[in-house]
Amino acid sequence: MTSVTDTASSHDHDEHLHGPAKGLMRWVLTTSHKDIGTMYLWFSFIMFLTGGAMAMIIRAELFQPGLQIVEPAFFNQMTTMHGLIMVFGAVMPAFVGLANWMIPMMIGAPDMAMPRMNNWSFWILPFAAVMLISTLFMEGGGPNFGWTFYAPLSTDYSPPSTTFFIFAIHMLGVSSIMGAINIIATILNLRAPGMTMMKMPMFVWTWLITAYLLIAVMPVLAGAVTMMLMDIHFGTSFFNAGGGGDPVLFQHIFWFFGHPEVYIMILPSFGIVSAIIPAFARKPLFGYTSMVYATASIAFLSFIVWAHHMFTVGIPLIGELFFMYATMLIAVPTGVKIFNWVTTMFRGSMTFETPMLFSTAFVVLFTIGGFSGLMLSIAPADFQYHDTYFVVAHFHYVLVPGAIFAIFAACYYWLPKWTGHMYDETLAKVHFWMSFIGMNLTFFPMHFVGLAGMPRRIPDYALQFANFNEISSIGGFMFGTTQLLFLFIVIKCIRGGAKAEAKPWEGAEGLEWSVPSPAPYHTFTTPPDVK
Amino acid sequence: MATEGTYYVPAQSKWPIIASIGLFLTLLGAGMMMNDMTAGVKDSSAHYVFYAGGLIMAWMLFGWFGNVIQESRAGLYSAQMDRTFRWGMFWFIFSEVMFFAALFGTLFYVRVLAVPWLAGEGEGAMTHEMLWPDFTAGWPLMVNPDNELFVGAADVVDPFHLPLLNTLLLVASSITLTLAHHALRANDRYKIKLWLILTLVLGTAFLFFQVEEYIEAYNELGLTLSAGIYGSTFFLLTGFHGAHVTLGAIMLAVMLVRVYQGHFEADNHFAFEAASWYWHFVDVVWVGLFIFVYLI
Repeated sequence: MTSVTDTASSHDHDEHLHGPAKGLMRWVLTTSHKDIGTMYLWFSFIMFLTGGAMAMIIRAELFQPGLQIVEPAFFNQMTTMHGLIMVFGAVMPAFVGLANWMIPMMIGAPDMAMPRMNNWSFWILPFAAVMLISTLFMEGGGPNFGWTFYAPLSTDYSPPSTTFFIFAIHMLGVSSIMGAINIIATILNLRAPGMTMMKMPMFVWTWLITAYLLIAVMPVLAGAVTMMLMDIHFGTSFFNAGGGGDPVLFQHIFWFFGHPEVYIMILPSFGIVSAIIPAFARKPLFGYTSMVYATASIAFLSFIVWAHHMFTVGIPLIGELFFMYATMLIAVPTGVKIFNWVTTMFRGSMTFETPMLFSTAFVVLFTIGGFSGLMLSIAPADFQYHDTYFVVAHFHYVLVPGAIFAIFAACYYWLPKWTGHMYDETLAKVHFWMSFIGMNLTFFPMHFVGLAGMPRRIPDYALQFANFNEISSIGGFMFGTTQLLFLFIVIKCIRGGAKAEAKPWEGAEGLEWSVPSPAPYHTFTTPPDVK
Repeated sequence: MATEGTYYVPAQSKWPIIASIGLFLTLLGAGMMMNDMTAGVKDSSAHYVFYAGGLIMAWMLFGWFGNVIQESRAGLYSAQMDRTFRWGMFWFIFSEVMFFAALFGTLFYVRVLAVPWLAGEGEGAMTHEMLWPDFTAGWPLMVNPDNELFVGAADVVDPFHLPLLNTLLLVASSITLTLAHHALRANDRYKIKLWLILTLVLGTAFLFFQVEEYIEAYNELGLTLSAGIYGSTFFLLTGFHGAHVTLGAIMLAVMLVRVYQGHFEADNHFAFEAASWYWHFVDVVWVGLFIFVYLI
């Protein structure tokens, strides 16, 4: 099997290995998985800075008790939009970008299975982002009901801009589903001969399962927002008890989407870390098969734990018990993964280049986030923790040093392959340590204020929380500004730097290192031999 | 059947960006129309945005699928590409299954849990006492907890009237479509057209009676979107199903046109198969609807 790349101008044989087109239209019309991956990553970074700026506003307001900087109504819009932008604009597109860049190269495919649809998946995103962010400038303000948009806050009491928020979610869903279909088709159908399923790199495995989760739950989210839309405009009563509906129904549907969604944001991280730790420990990944089964188990369990987000809304006792035990069960496959990573490091010849620093921090800090999750899963204890800053601390510990650190690790690990240059290791280490310290300063004190009873999503707080909040804000500003350094490092790496070899990391494994750095515009038009 | 050969990677395409602009304008226009409707704006121009988006989408679908059909007929697609299309359609239908699962889940949750709780069962004793102590549960729910805000329907839809007829129509259309597929595999061009036209006639008849049923529901039964949760779930499920039947019928109509153009070979006709997968899927959804929305 070989591939033919069609060209607009000519079908001359030499044109089969042509490079990229020139100018802006290269990016608009492209079908190359590498171009599309690059666009996803840049889009994600722009959204990361946008959502991050909103987090800075939140932390500035919370620097002191009392109301200083923004109106409470605007504060609500900031917490809502920060969450939505980070989840749908920053983390998910970053992983899709990495999948686009790496999966075809990792499995020896010429491109993604459906290259044109791949480009559509990307180009929906900027339009959806414009629609979502434009709500902030509409009459009545943007969405102000939290990123979970619970009814009836998001239906009966929502601003008119909610309609556009709903359609933005629909667009993001269309994009995600098409992207996921493309990834599954690529993995199932375009592997090089000899690349059996159980030889695939873990990043490919985790993305295969993530894509399955996306196709399973994004339509459920579409159903939820559609019912919201009908309640708002067409007089239905899905989430209105007066008509026989139930606001709690919204939470069930939302979290049936929402819990698999949080694994959508972490499973690809597991894949990245499973590639990087063996490379820098110079040992094969410990327990590859168990990693695959653990990933599949986590994905399965993610469908039967959703109501642990709803322990306090009044669900039957039997429900509380079922969802409590099912949630605790997730610790088992997750533990398998953590121990596998640690065992991979055990007696390895480890070096700590920046990707390994971020990956090691991932293992330690994600475990902290996992343990606070285990605390939250205990239904009777959750009655105390629910909607406090303890929850905020928990999910930021799994999302920032979990998802975001893994994305940073992946960027540093594969930047030489993408750009052909080595990044500035000293600056990158500064980026790591500033992020590491800033992130812990921001989120660790939140455990304490949360346990002491500080509620989330409120612009003001009682005086006794002032010191911890001050520390959190300083940490937040530190983490936020540090990301501009990351931007600088990436641009510097694109523009120049030490020439990268085809395989710049001594212990790295995988087909992506068998092609030159930077990777040619077309790779594996003839599939490689996989032994 | 196309053979194992080269995997076709198109170089550039204008359709994705056109599709993005079209989707954006369609949804922007729809949102503006809904907001203007709810706010009571008289001279709204939102529908122009919506129509512009819709036209761009139609042009895009025509052009994009046109490109794919041309490439397919030019023999650019290998057996491997064929498998990509099969996986693509399979997972697309799976996403649709999950969408309907959410809607059916809503129906089951409301019927089995929410409405009985409102009437004081199980966990709902206090809610019942505090909010609507006179409320009694039942399904279909004819009297809502707040029956002034949401006026309940006067009567239920009789399942043995139009719904039973529609069930027969759709099941028959699945059979005729399978006969068309068999004819295609036997390369009997006359019979393909015959059975495909019959399928479309049955599908269109289904849609006609569905519209008829909606008119009866509104005019005679008092069953409206705002008739409480019975009306809400009824129109949600049947409405989205009807929209999917419409889409399936459009797909089959395109297939009919392509048959007349001499497209498809006995062993190479995945577009036809994809459309028929979709049609059978909406048929199965209807059987679920007939049982859970109309019968019990």
